[in-house]
Amino acid sequence: MKQSITLGKVTKFMGLGFLGTIKDLFTGKLEKEDLISFLRKVVVPFASILLFIGLWHMGSQSLYNIEAEFKIEKALEDQGPAAAEALRACIASGESGCQPNTLPSPSQVWASYQSLLRDHNIISADKAAFIEKTAVLNEKRIAEGKDPITYTGRPSFVDQIFRSLKTVFAGFLLALLIAVPLGIFIGLSPTLKSAFNWFIQIFKPVSPVVWYLLVFMIVKTLLIDSNEDSSFTISFISVGLCSMWATLVNTAMGVSSVDKDYINVAKVLKLGPFQKIFKVVLPSSLPLIFTGLKITLSVAWMVLIAIELLAQSPGLGLFVWEEFQNGANDSNAKIIVAMFVIGIIGFLLDRLMLTIQNWVSFDKTDAI
Amino acid sequence: MTTNIIENKTSNLIKDVGSFPSSQVMLDLKNLKKVYPTPKGDYVVLEDLNLQIKKEEFVTIIGHSGCGKTTMLSMIAGLNPISGGYISVLGKHIKGPGPDRGVIFQAPSLMPWMTSLQNVLLGVNQVFPHATKAQRYDIAKYYLQKVGLEDAFDKKASDLSQGMQQRVGIARAFAIKPKVLLLDEPFGMLDSLTRGELQDTLIEIWNKEKITAVMITHDVDEAIFLADRVVMMTSGPKAKIGDVLDIDFERPRTRKAVLEHNDYYKYRKHLIDFLEH
Repeated sequence: MKQSITLGKVTKFMGLGFLGTIKDLFTGKLEKEDLISFLRKVVVPFASILLFIGLWHMGSQSLYNIEAEFKIEKALEDQGPAAAEALRACIASGESGCQPNTLPSPSQVWASYQSLLRDHNIISADKAAFIEKTAVLNEKRIAEGKDPITYTGRPSFVDQIFRSLKTVFAGFLLALLIAVPLGIFIGLSPTLKSAFNWFIQIFKPVSPVVWYLLVFMIVKTLLIDSNEDSSFTISFISVGLCSMWATLVNTAMGVSSVDKDYINVAKVLKLGPFQKIFKVVLPSSLPLIFTGLKITLSVAWMVLIAIELLAQSPGLGLFVWEEFQNGANDSNAKIIVAMFVIGIIGFLLDRLMLTIQNWVSFDKTDAI
Repeated sequence: MTTNIIENKTSNLIKDVGSFPSSQVMLDLKNLKKVYPTPKGDYVVLEDLNLQIKKEEFVTIIGHSGCGKTTMLSMIAGLNPISGGYISVLGKHIKGPGPDRGVIFQAPSLMPWMTSLQNVLLGVNQVFPHATKAQRYDIAKYYLQKVGLEDAFDKKASDLSQGMQQRVGIARAFAIKPKVLLLDEPFGMLDSLTRGELQDTLIEIWNKEKITAVMITHDVDEAIFLADRVVMMTSGPKAKIGDVLDIDFERPRTRKAVLEHNDYYKYRKHLIDFLEH
């Protein structure tokens, strides 16, 4: 009993309250009055998902037909009726070589998702086998002072996800370390505020692509002697610089708008600047800082794809781009899989931030 | 001292002040002036304001809204710059805010993310930096007990009711052992029942500590019950001290004794007459 209460609280805390409703349904705890709320919270979203998939299926079907007709017509014009008939038969047989290339249907995407998972299992097994095989040799090489042999095979889709997450967290951390302290200083000092205002106003709207190019120019020169692959460094710095603005602006606003009563208390007690910042200003502006950080993380995740694509840094962005260039018959479906994965991870990141925010901030009016 | 009301009000407006021997004076406001510059020229809130407050005296200040009471109090606290004249505590001119003048604000102004104990400790740590941790905790706990919060040491300030928050505010102000206590309508936001309870708490703790206190209030009964002297301010602009009324009830007082005292309605009438003119 106690367990279930805590679980309910935790899910609610994370903004996933609807999970609790589903659980109540199965444990038979649902009261009649809750039925409407159950319909609204569970049935309606579920129905809308089904509707979405249905519309998608129909849409992709009709696009498929347009594309197929066009192909057959073209074959008829260019190569004559025999070729057209052959193509029609080929398309109908479902052979992969002659399928029209268009928006994939939900079932195709699901199939691609499973094939990507299979691919991941194969690669992981391969990698594990490789590590096992080279373990003894590597020990010897390390003892001799040489670099160990590492697995250099193609990364799987799941590996790409983790590479992307790593880049995003590195970028987010960079944004946090720059924007929060800078925001505090700007918020505290009107002089600094006017010194930095033009800077913020001008650089805030700059597109991720341009940030990437700027970072590329600088990092390329700084790492000129290094043989290391700089694509990760470049992409995480670009992600950080693109996404830090929301945190910077919100922190500065939070710090400069601390309740005047609190500031007066700090003045009357003659708190030193250090104490004033850490005991009064920061805690009271935490809610706004976290709102900024939440925006920053979602922006970071959004620009990541574009930046990875440009930087040729491994990750979901590069995956999408390579699949697009690849043009295999299941490439489009894989791109859609990546799209959903990106969306879902973005949603989970947002929930993660919300949870941390509820955890640390004092204003718990709508949490727990 | 102040018996004949009507005459005093019209003739000698700054009577009764500046007449104490300097050894007895805790707080001295001399020719105090406050000017707010506006686009249409300067707005003079206070002018030629003279007031002396003795050691261990409880003074309440009463006057119409917007007459500059709060401005005066925040000037004493050092939170509002002085435009002319001076304010001195024990003969020393004040420069900015400091813990020798404790303030109880109208809103409780507790840090909502801290517990009540942490809120009181915030001041105690600042004023007694050389005391041991245990000593500082003892001070904070002592004053929280005094205001009736022995069960709420570790409650978050945001979880306390307004009345309880203001109790913490009182504990915080007394715990730093200020020379002067400044209270800016501390009970203005409370319902009348809680207000009465807090007045009792305040006067109880004050009877022990005898910290010179200046309190703004809108409430005539509160002003009489708590004060040794009630200072009446004229309406702004250019507000100054209009009249001063000595309250000769003996201490410690109980509400019942005060209400039943023969002079109570005389004092009350004096104050209301002043406010209605």
